[in-house]
Amino acid sequence: MTKFQVNGRDYDLDIDPDTPLLWVLRDELRLTGTKFGCGVAQCGACTVMLDGVPRRSCVTPISAVEGSEVTTIEGMEGPEITAVQAAWNEIDVPQCGWCQSGQIMSATALLQQVPSPTDDDINNAMAGNICRCATYVRIRQAIHAAAKTLEG
Amino acid sequence: MNVSTTRRGFLAGGAGLMIALSLPMGRARAQGAAATAPFAPNAFIRIGTDDLVTVMIKHIEMGQGPYTGLSTLVAEELDADWSQMRAEGAPADAKLYANLAFGAQGTGGSTAMANSYMQMRKAGAAARAMLVAAAAAEWGVPAEEITVKAGVVAHEASGKTSGFGALTEAAAKQAVPEDPPLKTAKDFVLIGKDLPRLDTKSKTDGTAIFTMDVYRDGMLTVLVAHPPKFGAKVKSVDDKAALAVKGVEMVRPISSGVAVYATNTYAAMKGREALVVEWDDAGAETRGTDEIYASLAQMVAEGGKTVEEQGDIAAVTNPAQVIEAEFRFPYLAHAPLEPLDAVIETKGGKAEMWYGCQFPTFDHMAVATTLGIPIEDVSINVLMAGGSFGRRAQGSSHLAIEAAEIAKAAGRDGAFKLVWTREDDLKGGYYRPITVHKLRAGISDDGKILSWENVVANQSILTGTPMAAMLKGAPDSTSFEGSSGLPYQFGARRIGWGQMESPVSVLWWRSVGHTHTAYAVEAFLDEVLEAMGKDSIAGRLELLPPEATRERGVIEKVAEISGWTGRTRDGKGYGMAYTKSFDTYVAEVVEVEDRGGKPHVTKVWCAVDCGVAVNPDVIRAQMEGGIGYALSAVLHSKITMAPGGEVEQSNFHDYPMLRISEMPEVEVAIIQSDADPTGVGEPGVPPLGPALANAWRALSGQKQHQLPFLAGVIS
Amino acid sequence: MKHLTVMLVAGLIAASPVLAQDGLNGPDAFANITDQTERSAALFQEMGKVLTHPRCLNCHTVTGGPTQGDDMHAHEPPVVRGDADFGAPGMNCNTCHGTTNVGFSTEKGSIPGHDSWMLAPVSMGWQGVSLGEICAQIKDPARNGDRTLEDLYEHHAHDGLVGWGWDPGEGRKPAPGSQEIFGQLTRAWIDTGAACPG
Repeated sequence: MTKFQVNGRDYDLDIDPDTPLLWVLRDELRLTGTKFGCGVAQCGACTVMLDGVPRRSCVTPISAVEGSEVTTIEGMEGPEITAVQAAWNEIDVPQCGWCQSGQIMSATALLQQVPSPTDDDINNAMAGNICRCATYVRIRQAIHAAAKTLEG
Repeated sequence: MNVSTTRRGFLAGGAGLMIALSLPMGRARAQGAAATAPFAPNAFIRIGTDDLVTVMIKHIEMGQGPYTGLSTLVAEELDADWSQMRAEGAPADAKLYANLAFGAQGTGGSTAMANSYMQMRKAGAAARAMLVAAAAAEWGVPAEEITVKAGVVAHEASGKTSGFGALTEAAAKQAVPEDPPLKTAKDFVLIGKDLPRLDTKSKTDGTAIFTMDVYRDGMLTVLVAHPPKFGAKVKSVDDKAALAVKGVEMVRPISSGVAVYATNTYAAMKGREALVVEWDDAGAETRGTDEIYASLAQMVAEGGKTVEEQGDIAAVTNPAQVIEAEFRFPYLAHAPLEPLDAVIETKGGKAEMWYGCQFPTFDHMAVATTLGIPIEDVSINVLMAGGSFGRRAQGSSHLAIEAAEIAKAAGRDGAFKLVWTREDDLKGGYYRPITVHKLRAGISDDGKILSWENVVANQSILTGTPMAAMLKGAPDSTSFEGSSGLPYQFGARRIGWGQMESPVSVLWWRSVGHTHTAYAVEAFLDEVLEAMGKDSIAGRLELLPPEATRERGVIEKVAEISGWTGRTRDGKGYGMAYTKSFDTYVAEVVEVEDRGGKPHVTKVWCAVDCGVAVNPDVIRAQMEGGIGYALSAVLHSKITMAPGGEVEQSNFHDYPMLRISEMPEVEVAIIQSDADPTGVGEPGVPPLGPALANAWRALSGQKQHQLPFLAGVIS
Repeated sequence: MKHLTVMLVAGLIAASPVLAQDGLNGPDAFANITDQTERSAALFQEMGKVLTHPRCLNCHTVTGGPTQGDDMHAHEPPVVRGDADFGAPGMNCNTCHGTTNVGFSTEKGSIPGHDSWMLAPVSMGWQGVSLGEICAQIKDPARNGDRTLEDLYEHHAHDGLVGWGWDPGEGRKPAPGSQEIFGQLTRAWIDTGAACPG
């Protein structure tokens, strides 16, 4: 049995301990906002918050989240995610959309730690999130815009 | 309301074509609440009592924007407010939702906007006329005195106003107008505006539903072990260890490999890993990439079959200089970030599917045939796709057939989700064909290109698919388009094509033939111009005939916005390239820096002429994305086979994608035009590679004749 | 899925730790060097087979972020060192790396992991540095994390992250020998005066 919290709810699941968190979220909890893109921590589409920091759920066995708090795109709250989502909408960042949950999780984590990121900060924080549609120009724009909103 | 009262004759516009269409409501049941809306004047529009207007989009939304673009056309003629517009994917139904450019339902060739432009506008205009007629009847006023603006129907004299919702019941009883009047361009309110995309919100909060997000009761997830070599077949299977994995329910051989069925995705992965399969390599491609390149090089040396000829290049006997070059382009995987997937459910002799289906008509027929049931008993719900770039547009219907075979091989009714992993995707073929170009130009002392010969060798994309019939024995032009059909004036020209056969499956990859022809032609042309002492821009303009105004327009525009002064400036290289693809004209200028001996693109300027710019922001987004997609490929991408025939790449660590730090700034200028709109999904791609090649050559002196730039050279 | 050939390869990989033992000599092999300082330097030379092995060097870079693989290519995805040798805000080492090696679910191979998975500080950067210089650095408390030689022995012989070098997860060749032999070499090197190779 693995006990953990997802989006504020307690779970106690009897599951193969090797099962990646990604597939527990999707197949068992039906939280499908977290996406599968590579399975090997190369693309970032599966990014969730684990105890408040970003984590690639495709390489996180469920046994490793015992006692932890997981937050997915569906459960995100706070000024940073609000500003990021608003900027993403305002600038129409997504194209196909598959990577965007992961992009938004990484961008939110960046802004939580660096309120006014430089282009280099953005390059470094977002380096692990592939956008195959190459919406990178707008991702960068939207992070700067969200930072501005947060400055107030 | 009785469903039968919503069956209406409908006018399907497009090149003056009129087809009477009826709308069977049952077909759209799986598409959500909109299907039960009270006012459905035609197959494309549903208006609810809540004022919401839902447009059934006959083209798959895979990021390129048809949900927004086609809804804009409807909203424009309907005079709806943008905030009341919604979009849904139309199900597979060739009668209702054919691409008027193909005669079958499908998305490709950047045709979504072009073929829908009149059809969607007429659909909106018809609905508007019916709402107006309903209001006129209800209010007892002449229809001509009624206005519609931003979703409000109004009669000024009486002061009566109404939203669409309150009129839906009455509107549904109105006759469908045969030929509703359309606006002239000057009256457009929404077309030409940067309207926000309709699919953005659901793509920023995790609620958008893609194929992989579909879960049906009792559904099993299925992974298929495909042969490691193209054309190999299953010889024997030992499934004991696979079946011992908790959650694995069954293992079945199917025509494409061995299918492992499990109660969850991870169990299916473990089960497949535990399979022991012996493959029969007779008939498999066993050549490595080097061997294939050698054979293509041999084919271009032999000159190929003439596919375009003007004048006689052999008659140009005494040019002042002859310039020659060979270009090599690797196999490329599309790698949409959502790997291939499909959900199928069988029940009592019928089948229903949910997936990002790009060619519904082909898939529909293929699934019915595979299952041995009538096509009416197969329904396909077309979901949004996490990218495609050509990968989901399968003339072979291989994914749909694989899903159908899985359902059939299960031997019982049930729901099954077929999932390809990234490794399946990169190793699974359907690549942009590996291609070799040979170019040869004879130039005169006074700066004229006397002869131009371009021989291309690769595999045909259409051969071996149901679409081969379209060729009617002619050469497959998708193999050399863009080498043929150039606007430039040369003294004499010859385009040749050599066709290679191989069991490696190939497919169109965002901009198809132009992915390699634009590079070979525009990089080589720039070398020739430079050899003649000519500028990239001025040299090209000189080669264009007077009637090439749209070509000239984008080239001059990109020169203007980039502040073009020549091939180098302040220690940076500048390169320009022009391509017309899918009836859209694009010119791009690349600015490149040398970072440790490697090219780093800092900025790209892009001028595009795609006729009427329905949604300029979507056009800009597609240019930005196309530029990034192309840059990813020319810098990093190659699929190679080791001697023996096995693919050497498996995931993004060895088939790297462009990262945000490599993405240049992009500036897009859209040419003002009244011409009918043409596509934007693909045309941003082709000029980027050669523009980079030209910029890098200017900066470093290196001619990049083999792609990609940053991988080791394959000899 | 396993192909028959793959199973054969898997068999070889399973056998490789045994072969690797042969790649690192214990202190006894140096007993015949009579000059103590020479012997000490020779012992360090042997330790160098571990210290300069890609399993160690990949996270002992001199500048920038980590490298990967036996050819020590740039880390993919691209990552930076960061102020705390732990990556950038928003993308730390533990965004991907956990506390243990984790096998991939979709293909062979694994993502490495261990408690406190992070880069060695720049002061302990060894890539492209001569073994003599590594030796000088490793003994210098100003550059070795304020460790005494005894601390160093402890670190080499028993530290878990050092030990990861011999248990690097599927798809990676372990460092030569074993942590036990590496500890013995370090002990003998210290006991012979901790001399550095020239």
